[in-house]
Amino acid sequence: MTDLLTLDDVARAYVTRKGLLGRRSTVRAVDGVSLQVKAGETLGIVGESGSGKSTMGRIALGLERPNEGAVRFDGAPMPLAGTPEWRDARRRMQMVFQDPLAALDRRLPVLTQIIEPLAIHKIDTDPARAGLEALTAVGLSRDHGARFPHELSGGQRQRVVIARALMTAPDLLVCDEPVSALDVSIQAQVVNLLIDLQQRSGLGMMFISHDLRVVRQISTRVAVMYLGRIVEEGPAADVLRTPAHPYARALVSAAPAPGPRRTDRVILTGEPPNPAARPTGCAFHPRCPVAVARCRSEAPPLVPIASGRSAACHLITPFAKVAA
Amino acid sequence: MIDIYPSTEAPARRLPQIPWFVMLAMGWIGFVLLVALLADVITPFSYTAMDLKYRLVAPFQTFSHPLGTDELGRDVLSRLIVSIRISLLIAFGATIISAVLGTTLGFLAAHFRGFVEQAVLMLADFQAALPFLILALSVLAFFGNSLPLLIGLMGLYGWERYARIARGLAISASAQGYATAITQLGARPTRVYLRHILPNIASTLIVSMTLVFPEVILLESGLSFLGLGVQPPMTSLGNMVGYGRDYITRAAWIMLAPSTVIVLTTLAVSLVGDWLRDKLDPTLG
Repeated sequence: MTDLLTLDDVARAYVTRKGLLGRRSTVRAVDGVSLQVKAGETLGIVGESGSGKSTMGRIALGLERPNEGAVRFDGAPMPLAGTPEWRDARRRMQMVFQDPLAALDRRLPVLTQIIEPLAIHKIDTDPARAGLEALTAVGLSRDHGARFPHELSGGQRQRVVIARALMTAPDLLVCDEPVSALDVSIQAQVVNLLIDLQQRSGLGMMFISHDLRVVRQISTRVAVMYLGRIVEEGPAADVLRTPAHPYARALVSAAPAPGPRRTDRVILTGEPPNPAARPTGCAFHPRCPVAVARCRSEAPPLVPIASGRSAACHLITPFAKVAA
Repeated sequence: MIDIYPSTEAPARRLPQIPWFVMLAMGWIGFVLLVALLADVITPFSYTAMDLKYRLVAPFQTFSHPLGTDELGRDVLSRLIVSIRISLLIAFGATIISAVLGTTLGFLAAHFRGFVEQAVLMLADFQAALPFLILALSVLAFFGNSLPLLIGLMGLYGWERYARIARGLAISASAQGYATAITQLGARPTRVYLRHILPNIASTLIVSMTLVFPEVILLESGLSFLGLGVQPPMTSLGNMVGYGRDYITRAAWIMLAPSTVIVLTTLAVSLVGDWLRDKLDPTLG
């Protein structure tokens, strides 16, 4: 089995209630998502706010239990959060958070926090040496280790979080918008660091972001999400160069790129999606520039459209290169 | 190998500017603590020794009884020193018991939520609604009186405040990144709560300890004044005030001396607590 992490048709619904006597409404944040992460590859997850990217990251780590479907890590089902088995599994899967300052304890020097996983998982190594190695691996000096989180810059803090996540040599790293809180110049450093570390240790990565430039740089494969479903998936270079799904095309064309002004920009109209009131049929049809009558009534399944690529759109013929 | 292990203490910071009244309060607390610790050595007489020839001697009349004597000719200074020791023992013991009890229950409520939380909150509401003096009276009436029992009983005083504070702060801390991150690293709840959440909320708890401390001293004084606290021949500050009230017109010094110590000590602890709250809150600089 080469798949490190497998999500099989997982769905997660939240019940919300407006006001004291308001009607309950169910929000399906993630709705029937299947995907795989292999060792040594990076799966980029892109989509706008509320598309269920972060929920999927939490499901992938077992922090959140899916209502439907199954999560398998290295062939074994994900244990329930909070159980000793689940805690033990943390050794092999780690997370990098969006806000590094919030993810660190502001009352402890960062080196103490970096080596804490060793004590948590009772790993028998010299903590002083391992801590120094971890600091060096993320490009920080011994001097940084003695500082407190608020005495470091944003990029340095995120390096600390990454060093802590890599302390137990995990097989899977889920990065939930790890660079969106950082300056553009620092973003590149952190992304390059992640790429370096992955090449050195061969870990599988799930990289959640709304920033297509960053995703293009780091991902081997990309999954585009819209309202809790994957609308297109495939090798990063192909999907981001020639997106097939209308939503993916709009997303890619909206990303700023250097060069002459683009004329083929797809501008989405209509309301941003409300997960509580999912449109019938294809969830994207109210905003889709090419929607036809069938899109209103029937939800398109995710079907292979080329080798290694799949998309969920009625207008794309299966196994044709690009159709619209 | 150079020691790269950071010390767990915060790096040495410059001594903060302490206002003069807080200095004074700290000095007084230190003095009182020293007196309590050295009580056996510095009492000129035994606190039960009677000298019937020198009854009701006013203060500053003789060298042997600088603070005067009471109705049985016992040295007020010696009794005051022993009283400070007993009262501080009760106050410290009770404050620590109630802080530990309340914080533990608060953390349990925050961790388990659901039924445990409801039970703890209901107990806290019950405790807050019941006048503590009535609880203390009934317990002492049924179980008699001894110093350990009294300390344990006082330990029930104010626990509901710590429980509420600890629960609220722990819940909000769990929702914050650092607790989630540590949980995500695979830490057990005990590590998350004791090593990360507790130090982060300790400043609030320490300040509420300094608020409860004076109240415990006053409560003990009140109980002893009613004859239900520390029993003679043992003495405490409240006990001295209680038995000295019979002589308030003829020998006011018997009760004035312990009263002054009560007022000064509670005031000092409150002042230091107020100052600590500002100092320990990083948002106030």
